[in-house]
This record gives sequence, C-alpha cells and structure tokens, in this order.
Amino acid sequence: METTRKYIPRKETVALKTGFYLGHSDHNKAKLTCASLLCREQQQKQLQGKRGSMKFAVKAWSNGGKARTGVLHLGSCPSPLETPVLLLSTRKGLPHFISPDLLPSLPYPGSAFLQVSPLHFLEGPSMKTMSNIGGLHKMVGLHDYAFAAVARDSIQCLPESDSTNKIGASFETPCGRRLIKPAEYLQIISSMRPNIWATLADEVPAWVSNKRNKISVDRTVKWLDECIALSPQGGLVFGAIVGGSNVDERKRCAQEIAKRNVSGFWIGGFGLGESMLERPALLDAVMDSLPEEKPRLVCGLGLPEEVLQGVAAGIDLFDSSYIYNLTLGGFALTFPLDRIETNASGFKSTDMGIDQTKINLKATVYRKDTSPIVASCTCYTCQNHTKAYINHLLNVHEMLAQILLEIHNTHHYLGFFQSIREAIKDGRFEQFRQMFIQTRRDNLAAVAVCA
Amino acid sequence: MALRFEVLGRFNRARAARLTLPHFVCQTPLFMPVGTQGTIKGLTTNQLEEIGCQIILGNTYHLALRPTSELIDELGGLHKFMNWPRALLTDSGGFQMVSLLHLADITEKGVTFQSPVDGKPMLLTPEESIQIQNRIGADIIMALDDVVRTTITGPRIEEAMYRTLRWIDRCIAAHKRPNEQNLFGIVQGGLDPVLRDICVRGLVDRNLPGYAIGGLAGGEDKDSFWRVVAQCTAALPEDKPRYVMGVGYPLDIVVCSALGADMYDCVYPTRTARFGTALVPEGVLKLKHSAMADDTRAIDPTCACMVCKNYTRAYIHCLVTKDAMGSQLLSYHNLYYMMKLSRDLHSSIIEGRFPKFVCDFLQKMVLLALNTMFVILCACVVQKEWEWKGRSIICKLLAVQNNLWFSLSGSIKLICIKLTDNLNTYDVAQHNFCVF
Repeated sequence: METTRKYIPRKETVALKTGFYLGHSDHNKAKLTCASLLCREQQQKQLQGKRGSMKFAVKAWSNGGKARTGVLHLGSCPSPLETPVLLLSTRKGLPHFISPDLLPSLPYPGSAFLQVSPLHFLEGPSMKTMSNIGGLHKMVGLHDYAFAAVARDSIQCLPESDSTNKIGASFETPCGRRLIKPAEYLQIISSMRPNIWATLADEVPAWVSNKRNKISVDRTVKWLDECIALSPQGGLVFGAIVGGSNVDERKRCAQEIAKRNVSGFWIGGFGLGESMLERPALLDAVMDSLPEEKPRLVCGLGLPEEVLQGVAAGIDLFDSSYIYNLTLGGFALTFPLDRIETNASGFKSTDMGIDQTKINLKATVYRKDTSPIVASCTCYTCQNHTKAYINHLLNVHEMLAQILLEIHNTHHYLGFFQSIREAIKDGRFEQFRQMFIQTRRDNLAAVAVCA
Repeated sequence: MALRFEVLGRFNRARAARLTLPHFVCQTPLFMPVGTQGTIKGLTTNQLEEIGCQIILGNTYHLALRPTSELIDELGGLHKFMNWPRALLTDSGGFQMVSLLHLADITEKGVTFQSPVDGKPMLLTPEESIQIQNRIGADIIMALDDVVRTTITGPRIEEAMYRTLRWIDRCIAAHKRPNEQNLFGIVQGGLDPVLRDICVRGLVDRNLPGYAIGGLAGGEDKDSFWRVVAQCTAALPEDKPRYVMGVGYPLDIVVCSALGADMYDCVYPTRTARFGTALVPEGVLKLKHSAMADDTRAIDPTCACMVCKNYTRAYIHCLVTKDAMGSQLLSYHNLYYMMKLSRDLHSSIIEGRFPKFVCDFLQKMVLLALNTMFVILCACVVQKEWEWKGRSIICKLLAVQNNLWFSLSGSIKLICIKLTDNLNTYDVAQHNFCVF
C-alpha cells in the first residue's frame, strides 16, 4: 500500500535541465539523454542553413504500375523521409490537439512532415514578428520537423471559387472570407520560411462551366509565374496544378507547369465535388505530363481509399483532413494494418453493426470497456488509456478526449502509410489495394444486411 | 489512518514535511491541481507527472453524475480509470453547495441538488458522500461539511458550524475504508474566531488523519482571510497535515505556508490559463493583450518549462482563446509554475532560507501592488532579522503607490509604522493587531 517512490523522477531531472519534455514512448527513450539533446542543438544550428534544401529520389516501383516509393531529404529534418508519406495537418504550425511534447511519441520520421496554411497567420503574428522570431520552425519550437505551406488546408481554409478574381484567390477562413493576392501570399511565405510551399491556385469545384475551368487554369499558371518571380530565398516552390474535372484542362495545366522551374508539384482541385470514379482519369492526365523525378503533393485525397487511388497514380505526398474529422466526431481508427493482404477469407461480419474501420467512442457500449482502442497499437493513447476513459471524456466534453484521439488516429494512419510503402517495396501494391478495398466493401455489405 | 506525516524542517510557523500516502510520497507545502471530471483540462497524466504534480483533486459531485461512482468502482477505482499512479484527493461535494446554491436545499439530512445535467433531484447525505468517495478510491477524502459564504452574517454561520460537527460523526461512521483512505475534517465557522475555535476543538477531538480549513476563498477581504488561517493553524495539531481549501493565488499560498499550512488546491491556474493569463514571478501576464502581439520574449525568461523554453509571447498571443493548443500550453506553464512554487517552498524551508525566499518572491511581485496589505503582512511574518528588508519593501511600495496607504486597514498601518519608524507623517490609530 505504501510506496517508496522517489519524488522527482529521473526523466524530470533530465527534462528540467533541457526544458523540453519528450514523450514516454520506448521508441524515443534512446534519444532522451542529455547528451543527445545537446547534439541535437548543434545539429539544428547546422541545419538551419540548409533548411531550404531538398533532395528527392525514386527508389522502387510496384509491379506494373505507377505506384512508387522514394526518399525525400528535407533541410531541417535530420532523417530522410520515405514516400508515399502523410503530411500531418496543423493549425498555426502545431497540431490541433497533440501538444509539442507528445509529438515525439509518434513514429519518427514518419510524423515529421507537417502542413500549415499561410492563411492561419492572417490574424497574427505579424510578418515582421515572425521574421524577428526566425521563421516558422523556431516559432513553434519544432526544429527537426519539415513544413509544407499550402494555402488550402481542407479543414478551415477552403477555396471560395465564386469570389476569386483576377487579382487574387478567395478563401473562407476562420477570420472570414479573404482575398489573397500573390504578393501578399509571398510575403507571409517569406516570413514563415517553410521547407516547401505551393504557389497560389484558383481551385474550382467539379460542377463549374468549362469556361470558368479554363480561366482557373490560366490564372493559376499566371500566378505561378508571379510567385516564382517574387520568390524568396530558400524554401522550395511546388507548382500548383488545377483543371477541375476536365481531362484536357488537367493535361494542359500539367504540361504548362512542367515547363517551369519548380522543385515539385502540388495537385489541387480534388475533393471538391468530383466522384471517385472520374478521378483516376484526371490523375493520369496530370501524372503523364509530369517528370518522374520530381515529388508530387496532392490535396483533398483524405480517405484511405482515396489515398490508395493517389498512390496508384504516382503521388508521393498526401495531406488529409481525415484524422481531424474523425477526432472531432469521437471516432478512433481500428482497421487492421498488418496482414491485410491475407485476411479476406478470414473476415467475419460483426453482429453489432460496428464498422470494422473505426469505432465511435461516444457509444454507450464502450462505457465499461477497459481495453485499449487497438490492442496491438503502440501509441500513447493505447498504451495508457482505455475506451471507457475516452468514452467518459467525450461525454463530459473534456479536451483530453480530442488529444488522445488525435494521437491514436495519427499513429494508426501513419501505420497505414507504412503498410503502403512496404507493399510497394515488396511489389504487391495492387494486391494490397484490392484486398483493402474488398475488405471494406464486404464489411459495409455485411453491415447493410444486418441493418 | 493511512498516512504518515513527518515534519522535516521549520521556520517559525512554516514547516516542510513528508506526507506518505497509499499511492505516493509527497512533499509539503504542495499545490494540488483540480481535475474535476477525472482529468486536468487539456493535460495528459504523463505531462502532469513530468511537471511534478503529486496529488490531483477529483470532484465527487461531478464524478457521481458522470460516469457514476459505481462505474468507477467496477473499473477498479479512479486511479486505474484515469491511469494516474500518484495520489488523489476527492472533495465531498460540499463546495457545490456554495457555488450552485440556487440549485441546492440544505437540511439536517443532507443537501438536495437539482442535477444540472437532467434536472432530477439528487440527495447528498454525509453517508452518501462518503460511500461515493469510498467507491472512487482516492487517497484522501473530505467530510461533507455545511459550507456558507463568508459574506453572509447571522445565525446561519453558527448553524452550519455545529451541523458540520454533527455530520463529521456520520461521515466517520459511514467510512468503510479507513486503512486505505484518509478522511479529513473541515473547519467551518465563517469569520468568527469563537465559532472557528469550537469547530477546531470538536474536530481535533475526533482524531482525524488530517484537517482542512474550509469556507474561505469565497470573496472575503484578505484581512479576515489570513486571520482565520492564522487562528486555525495555531490551534490544529502539529503532527497532522493542514489543508487550506480553495487557496490558489501564489501570494496567498506563500502567506498561508508562512502561517503553517501544508496543502492547497484551486482551479485558478488552469482556469486563468484558458482565459489567456499566465502566472509569472511578477504576478500575471495577460497574453490576450494587444501589447503581446509583437513581444518576442518568452512568457517568463526564468521559467524552465517547455512552453517558456520554446515559445514566444507573440505566438501564444495568437493562439489563446482561439485554439485549444493555446489553453493547453498555458495550462502547462501555469501548473509548472505552481509546482515549482511548491518545490521552492519545501526546499527553502528545509535548507533554512525561507525568509530570503519569501522576500525575493515579494520583491518581484511588489511592483504589481496586488493585495498590498498582504505584502506588508508577509514582511512582518518573516520578521525580526528581516525587518530591514521589510522596511525597504514598504518604502518602495509606498513610493510607487502612495494612494494605497489610505486603503489599508488600521492594523496594517500600525505594523507599517512600527517597521518604518515614521510616526510623524501618518496618524496612529488604535486597533487590535495579531502579534505573531
């Protein structure tokens, strides 16, 4: 009953000396010594000069397809990133809920690539202050991480094509509707100093007229040239490609952008009303016109099936609002990550109508469930907390619920990307993809039958 | 009795001690963050351990509503439910009587609440409160007391004090786990020293593991506040912990520690963080203020927490009140500050430098003229060999804010005069003042 624990745990002594607390994950314990943290500070100083550098190389292709793995070296990130990779969505540079001292508990470097929108900073800090602090990495204290700055973040900064005009692109942001001119955009980018940034684009939903679509492509190309002309030193530019749901326009845009001197490509205009069936044709139209050796970042393909579609077409970098939406809804991802390719025959339909891909922790069925969300998961949430506790937190509207869910969902989705990478390396990506979709379809069919 | 309390060091009335509880060995003086619904808002248990939290508060009233004490018991107790390996303390639900009074009806039997969740009536008797707390399983549980606001006058206060004594017997009888959970009694009696004295003697007679001083921190003036604390700490037994409930401002904690109290709790650090205010040695820093928008300094350059080491005021300014992350980071910093304050109080008493610590602490705060009479009081409390320091503080203070002199009570003026030897300038009024 009576414990004789020491009062100040060793970790705290270490933490007190360094001032930066790292997560308890065993994965990071090796890195937790004072010495290594000091080395890291020295490394940071060296890397600061190299922040604007990037190197990308394609490593392997899956059998008979365009899916590929690659390695991405980004200036500020000490370890190379393997692609296809997930960009974690952030708000003003930090995750929505995961505090910076818990970030290291996520797999690294898989979690090292973060996406931020320059529009988050419209309400401050001012550009001058950001420059004084020394840029985004320093401002948010994430020196070992890489940032991609893209105007659209699919969560809070959404393109508003009706108000976009020749002067600038219009977005719905938390501070209201704003019109962003390329010059203004560039100013924020230059104070942020991200690793990579996408040029300003005029994204239109799938239902606009051909004329409007054509205009969007022309504008995007024009803004690309303006952005490149005003380009700040350091920070690599990704050319924006749009074209809506028109295959020809997509091709035209891609060809135009491919001619410019950009370090990679940002493919926008997806997730705005086109169906999943018409998407492969549009993606192929774009990919076929792009050089293979430059990385491709796509926006708006968030769901696992959409990610697989993108990987099959040859995309390397994905942003996603999936994790955020799941977290807000109280959902936790549970789909199996390992042995997906051999599981089809062993699939059992559940009788509770529970979706095998995710669970809704607000449901009363979890009130007394003392198991972790996923038994084999090594994330902070599953190692420390139970479904019953998260159910309680959701019921009483406590912030900790979102923190724990975002940690788990991010961890799980990063695991999904790891499975994708392994499948490509083993040359069985198409199989993996088919099996994954089939399993989810069977599940939905089974649920529909029960209902 | 399931605790051990050993005093390790003293200075006058202040003491530093080791409090051994079933789940953790704590060092007092200590501050306990409030995790009303089974969590500190926005912080994980991992972070709380790292900043040095020793005991966390849970609230019986809220936990009994959701998720219910039966469920917590079924799942192995609150420690297991929220995965907190260190100590827990649950209050009885008595404070909700005061804070939710328009929903409550107090009788000899107990307190009837109208549940804010679904409107159903809920009766909280001393027996029920103790049973709920037994199920929750905290290391320290509080007796149900009849709490009245200190701003009320009249016979209600006396009624409440005697009822508290009657209820403590019912609580003791209902307590099923005295070897695992420590039942603390709460001293009531408003601001009346006679009533307080009766209550203290009544509780001490019951030989409880520890005692709390309740009914304060509800808006009474500081002059009355410290008098009650001083009286109670003088009368409560030396060898048992003393818990001043609801005391949270850093200045109040320092003064109460000087007067001999050991444990404190308050929602202030975390609540004020959610409104964008940070705790710093100089007092508070309102990060919502537009002046912070371009300030590239850390919140507190002397603080070693991860927030102050990595973030600027400008960045926190753009987060507070708009993003959850802002609340999280500020709560982290504020609690780190409170834990550091607890550690500093403990170590400065043990290492024999408590007066110096208090004077340094006050000097940083003095420019902010919060509760000036308190500042002066503290100078008096540490006394004698530090008199000259006390004088210099007062002179500095009065030079900065002359008009404050007139807002001080007579007793404090007399103390000031004693310390500054400046009889000619100010009137001497005839008032009682406590001699330490």
